[in-house]
Amino acid sequence: MARFLIRRIVLGLVVLFLVTVVVFLIFYVGPGRADVARTLAGREATPQTVALIAHRLLLDRPLIVQYGHFLSLLLHGNLGYDYYHDQSVNSILKAAFPITLSLVAGAAILWIIIGVLTGVVSAVRSRSLLDRTFTGLALLFYSMPTFVLGYLLLLIFYYEFSIHGIHAFPGSGYTPFATSPFGWFRGLVLPWITLALVSAAAYTRLTRGSMLDVMGEDYIRTARAKGLSERRVIFRHGLRAALTPVVTQFGIDVGILFGGAIITEQVFGLPGLGFTAVQAIEQQDLPVIIGVVLVVATAVVVANIVVDAFYAVLDPRVRLH
Amino acid sequence: MSLGSGDLITVGGEPTPDTLVAEGLAAKKIEGRSPWRLAMARLRRDHASMISLGVIIVIVLVAIFAPVFAALTGHGVYQEFRATGLTPEGLPVGPSGTFLLGTDDQGRDILVRIAYGARISLVVGVLATFLTVVVAAVVGLAAGYFGKTVDTLLARLIDMLLAIPFLLFAIALVSVIGPGLAVVIIVIGFFGWASVARIVRGQVLSIREKEYVEAARALGAGPWRIMVVDILPNVIAPIIVYTTLLIPLTIVTEASLSFLGIGVPPPTADWGQMINESSLYYTSGAWWFLLFPSLALLITTLAFNIFGDGVRDALDPRGLDQLYV
Repeated sequence: MARFLIRRIVLGLVVLFLVTVVVFLIFYVGPGRADVARTLAGREATPQTVALIAHRLLLDRPLIVQYGHFLSLLLHGNLGYDYYHDQSVNSILKAAFPITLSLVAGAAILWIIIGVLTGVVSAVRSRSLLDRTFTGLALLFYSMPTFVLGYLLLLIFYYEFSIHGIHAFPGSGYTPFATSPFGWFRGLVLPWITLALVSAAAYTRLTRGSMLDVMGEDYIRTARAKGLSERRVIFRHGLRAALTPVVTQFGIDVGILFGGAIITEQVFGLPGLGFTAVQAIEQQDLPVIIGVVLVVATAVVVANIVVDAFYAVLDPRVRLH
Repeated sequence: MSLGSGDLITVGGEPTPDTLVAEGLAAKKIEGRSPWRLAMARLRRDHASMISLGVIIVIVLVAIFAPVFAALTGHGVYQEFRATGLTPEGLPVGPSGTFLLGTDDQGRDILVRIAYGARISLVVGVLATFLTVVVAAVVGLAAGYFGKTVDTLLARLIDMLLAIPFLLFAIALVSVIGPGLAVVIIVIGFFGWASVARIVRGQVLSIREKEYVEAARALGAGPWRIMVVDILPNVIAPIIVYTTLLIPLTIVTEASLSFLGIGVPPPTADWGQMINESSLYYTSGAWWFLLFPSLALLITTLAFNIFGDGVRDALDPRGLDQLYV
């Protein structure tokens, strides 16, 4: 186990390093660098001012110098400062992270419960009306773009409710938990449902397929023959084995979403990591972009390691090496 | 599994010349059915797939004949009807005899714009998916077949691409290169292949060890010949399944980029962009501006997904569920 972890962590660090190189390259190749200095200098600026700003932000230096500067700061746990307000990237990320965390954690709990339950019911009652309903709904939500569902929910539960005098949910924005737990909850209900329904669909299909395979195995017949209750056969013997692919998918999805549920945050005006990233990209604010991308990539890498380690827990046959 | 009609005929005792002839014909028929034809037959029997194929054909026709919608309504795709298409307050007007699906914030006919928007969705959906699959097949084949250093390098590249959320990556690339139809297609096509390549690689790894590949090598076939002639045909089924299931994903990705304002630039009619523009107006009651482009997008992705499911079931009736992403 220890050797497995060390190997995977080293590999993960290599991937992270490559990710930063790629982001730097993309930025370096593009026209962004020149634009940043020009935007900052203002409309009336002389070329000298622009050059001075570019110089101060190291934008006029070769790629390797900029990258070296970034790395040396990073080794001290500092992601640098954004180009426009001179705010530290660490503090920007620290402000955005709780929002994304609230959104993703809530949605993830919802979608794994909905997805696995509907998947199990569909598999156990295969070809029944309930199965057809669940698989049909799963297909519908699987096909539904996040922003379409988000706006449809807003249209009904925000706009239509509001004109009838029911102000159940805010149209956009985030209330910190510390300010008002109820406000926090109210503001996140629609984003949670949006993200959960869109994601749950894939889990319903995944659990159903995996469960159907497992329930045909010999050991399930043995378990039944032993006289175990059907509930115990389904949940203890069937579901446990069927969960392996579901756990993989869950780890990957949660990892990626920690980098910001870009679309959901955009639709509901939640200034989380995804929202911050899109804004930073529009302004070509490299330090912020790099910061967000690093957080996401780290989350994905960690999620992958956790998922692989979790295999060994779920399935004793798996040996880690 | 369907049986040939020959099985139904040989019920009675002694075969008469008639049944013998019939049997002969039936046997020939069974012989002539390749796996592909069997798959086609299975697909044709699946009602949901056939209905969704019909819907897809209708969408394609709408895209091709978008100018007909413009001609019939007399409303150009970029034409702004500031007098009739906007309320005195400058807001969109709802569905009516003149504007069947209402107008947008510029007083343009939504029906006509949805018809033109289908072109963008389909062109990007098909072209970008095709590019994705070609790159994925080449990378997957090379990584799986050559193994060793090539595989290690390509596998790390795949890991790296999968560690960055694709949408974030696409946004970054488009913002650097600049928006445009070709840019969107190329970005999706050249950078969205990682997950497919991983599947192809896995398949190739197992096929590489098969006896017939060894035989081909013993006969002196070179690596390219083995990859194209011996291995590719055996991974083509999952590739086809992936292609059909990738099209709706690609359409959603394109719509998402346009929704975020970095896809196909305005004033080109695009569903994602229309939904984005409508988000400022649904609170003024202009539900049609939001609803109709959303429905167009949803119906399209739903039709492709149902059809893709059907293709998967037809090509592999035992259910290849690991093909899901």
